[in-house]
Amino acid sequence: MTGDVHSPSGTGGIITVPSVYPDLEPLLPRVSKPVQYVGGELNAQLKDWESAAVRWALMYPDAYEVGLPNQGIMILYEVLNERADALAERCYAVWPDLEALMREHGVPAFTVDGHRPLGAFDLLGVSFSTELGYTNLLTALDLAGIPLHAVDRGIDHPVVVAGGHAAFNPEPIADFVDVAAIGDGEEVVGEITDVVREWKAAGRPGGRRELLLRLAATDGCYVPSLYAVSYGDGGEIASVAPVDERVPRSVTKRTTTDLDAWPYPKKPLVPMAETVHERASVEIFRGCTRGCRFCQAGMITRPVRERSLQGIGEMVDSAVRASGFDEVGLLSLSSADHSEIAEITKGLADRYEGTNTSLSLPSTRVDAFNIDLANEISRNGRRSGLTFAPEGGSERIRRVINKMVSEEDLIRTVSQAFAQGWRQVKLYFMCGLPTEEDEDVLEIAGMAHRVIQAGRAASGHNDVRCTISIGGFVPKPHTPFQWAAQAHPEVIDERLRKLRAAVNSNRKLGRNVGMRYHDGQPSLIEGLLARGDRRVGRVIERVWRDGGRFDGWSEHFSYERWTGAAAAELEPLGVSIDWFTTRERGRDEVLPWDHLDSGLERDWLWDDWQDALSGREQDDCRWTPCFDCGVCPSTGTDIEVGPSGTTLLPLTVVNPVSGGPGTSG
Amino acid sequence: MARVRPGEAANPAPPTVQRVRLRFAKRGRLRFLSHRDVARSFERAVRRAGVPVAHSHGFSPHPRLSWVGAAPTGSASEAEYLEIGLTREVDPAALVTALDAALPDGLDVLDAAVAGGTALADRIDGSHWLIELPGVAPDALRAALAALLAEESVIVERVTPSGRRQIDVRAALVRAEVRSDGVPSGGSLSTPPDQGAVCATMAAVVRQTTPAVRPDDVLGALDVVAGLRPPAPAKATRMAQGLLDHRGDLADPLGSDRVTTRA
Repeated sequence: MTGDVHSPSGTGGIITVPSVYPDLEPLLPRVSKPVQYVGGELNAQLKDWESAAVRWALMYPDAYEVGLPNQGIMILYEVLNERADALAERCYAVWPDLEALMREHGVPAFTVDGHRPLGAFDLLGVSFSTELGYTNLLTALDLAGIPLHAVDRGIDHPVVVAGGHAAFNPEPIADFVDVAAIGDGEEVVGEITDVVREWKAAGRPGGRRELLLRLAATDGCYVPSLYAVSYGDGGEIASVAPVDERVPRSVTKRTTTDLDAWPYPKKPLVPMAETVHERASVEIFRGCTRGCRFCQAGMITRPVRERSLQGIGEMVDSAVRASGFDEVGLLSLSSADHSEIAEITKGLADRYEGTNTSLSLPSTRVDAFNIDLANEISRNGRRSGLTFAPEGGSERIRRVINKMVSEEDLIRTVSQAFAQGWRQVKLYFMCGLPTEEDEDVLEIAGMAHRVIQAGRAASGHNDVRCTISIGGFVPKPHTPFQWAAQAHPEVIDERLRKLRAAVNSNRKLGRNVGMRYHDGQPSLIEGLLARGDRRVGRVIERVWRDGGRFDGWSEHFSYERWTGAAAAELEPLGVSIDWFTTRERGRDEVLPWDHLDSGLERDWLWDDWQDALSGREQDDCRWTPCFDCGVCPSTGTDIEVGPSGTTLLPLTVVNPVSGGPGTSG
Repeated sequence: MARVRPGEAANPAPPTVQRVRLRFAKRGRLRFLSHRDVARSFERAVRRAGVPVAHSHGFSPHPRLSWVGAAPTGSASEAEYLEIGLTREVDPAALVTALDAALPDGLDVLDAAVAGGTALADRIDGSHWLIELPGVAPDALRAALAALLAEESVIVERVTPSGRRQIDVRAALVRAEVRSDGVPSGGSLSTPPDQGAVCATMAAVVRQTTPAVRPDDVLGALDVVAGLRPPAPAKATRMAQGLLDHRGDLADPLGSDRVTTRA
């Protein structure tokens, strides 16, 4: 037997799908960072192939260093592997150096756990956090020997399931995926597993089409091939209709309630390679109703569902024990908004006193933040920079986007922070927002200057730093800005040039301001992929055939390749890249994702869009009456916030070797 | 422990009261770990195992783990060494057990000894390597090695982060021979070669130089003197490190105090 030499449980069972590792291993000395392809991380799992009736390969379509920390993949990996009837193995995008060697030596796409070929699995689940992973999906399919087009796949090919936030408009990849799972994944993966298991146990009746029909009848599962799309004379969608009576007209997202019942990941994967997040992460709540109009995540994950104090305490304990990480990230879309955040941070800081374990709140609003919170977070560890996202430079534009943080709040908070020993603050902004003028962006310079002035006054010395980081705004589906015209890259680049000049117009202040931005071109392509319809799939395929890979990486992204492919594929159809991006949509236009239901009422989204244009704010329904966005009634859910009436539990750290001589772990 | 006051170091760390030296192996597919990957894994493992490791002071406290000459990425090893600073005395045997359990399979802790006498770095000036050469016939390797050993000096060039370096492989080569027994004991190296396919194995003892002569450099020297170019990537395993004696043997850096387990 040659394969599965690294199976920890030995090779007792009959291995019908051998590992490709013997063929891969000779290639690894020839590629960069080979460790990313070998698996074997702490808390990785490898189940016996024959033990599972349904086998999932779970892919994050970006490099290992980005994909490994992904919470979605980690959660589904554990949830599926806990089932007796299922197994799940992980895979990530391979860099072009290994891709070329795999093609040369005939090594198929593989999982890092068992190094089994992707083509041997029943399902290939792909989590899309961003649209820029689409070309990497095609690489994986091609290397796996799975036909690129769903229509060409046979009964033995894996069912390709897209998930993640980008799956809320899967139309651009409709040709390549069999199913899009909309919304929270914890429960739907189990139901998909049930459907596949029963279909296989019955002898796969009706072939692949019957399986897809059964999946289309599963809540939250959208099967693009079972819907026909027609177009009108102006290029807009005329109709989207199911092609079979067993297929629902629209698909509503899945929502997991009672997060305490889903405490995943329990044992976070601990990479040996360097990754983008070197920490254990615990999701303290899901959803956000702050109502920032640009924010797709906040719109599509409603309502807010908090984990309880006790649930968080147990998850943090489990994650720290199982991983050995020295930092715990308390994740959510706006972590300081948890109703019990003060108790959480103080309780955890007390618990980990003296253990060099630090806490981080990756997303915090300046208006929910205070210096006590900052001190608790940094008590046991590092006092790195503070990061806030005002998003818009002017008060007016912040009303348009409904991000109502005031400059006074910001200056007050950073003054306190600088007085307490912080030396750096990072501010995030967007450029190209609806109704934006040059003046809105130029006010960012004044804000940065005032942060430096306040910091110098509070700290008593000159070496304080403010970094402003600016991204191009991309209108996203299921947000009030889904109808908006995206700004052209030239407009964004010009505004940022003027902003840089304004920052440097005061040399004494400007020299302490760092400015980071990306040019506007990748944002335009992201916009094409975000709001595209099925016709955009041809562009993706053409770009991929022309060598497009890793589009989220500036060293691999080629704007010319995308615009060239878009011109070749879209213009014969009477549409264009501008038609999909910089064109404002009307109220009655059928949007490509209208048949996918995020719970938000379309009329409410439109009204919120109109409020944006006239600069009217919208409050948060956690603290003010319901404003009828529609999510709770249409998904059968409700806001779940504290106080939970629970406590963190005074857990202590167990030291296997703390007893001195003679003790062992 | 004191609260942090403005402008003060975040963690006044307790002092180091004991140092323990460890020998560990890097095996199987984990041979592809770089030194930084190994260090990262140990830093997490000491925390996971609850080892009372000492930390540096300051805003960014780091665990006190000291390393000596790491095996290159892609090379396996049965003899890597590090020294851990501890804030409390610990039984080395318990440390071996706890740390090994907290590390991924393939990073295996083998021996431990309380540090004493000369510094760890001063106890190592040579390495013993086994290098497997799939697709190379033992006779071809024997001839190439004889040609290499017949020279006084054989220079290879390596591209390092600081530029091109000239390395005298022959001068650093203490001993080298073709081994007939093939795969090292324990069978812990990855895949065995196909039945019937040729695979030569070389044992080499290399004196530690700056920069260190790596297995790849030895192969480079065989190419220079005899045109030997293996058709497939070689697999190297470091079998031992230590002080070279007059016979070219290596003295155990952990000395006689060690605690040994066999993983």
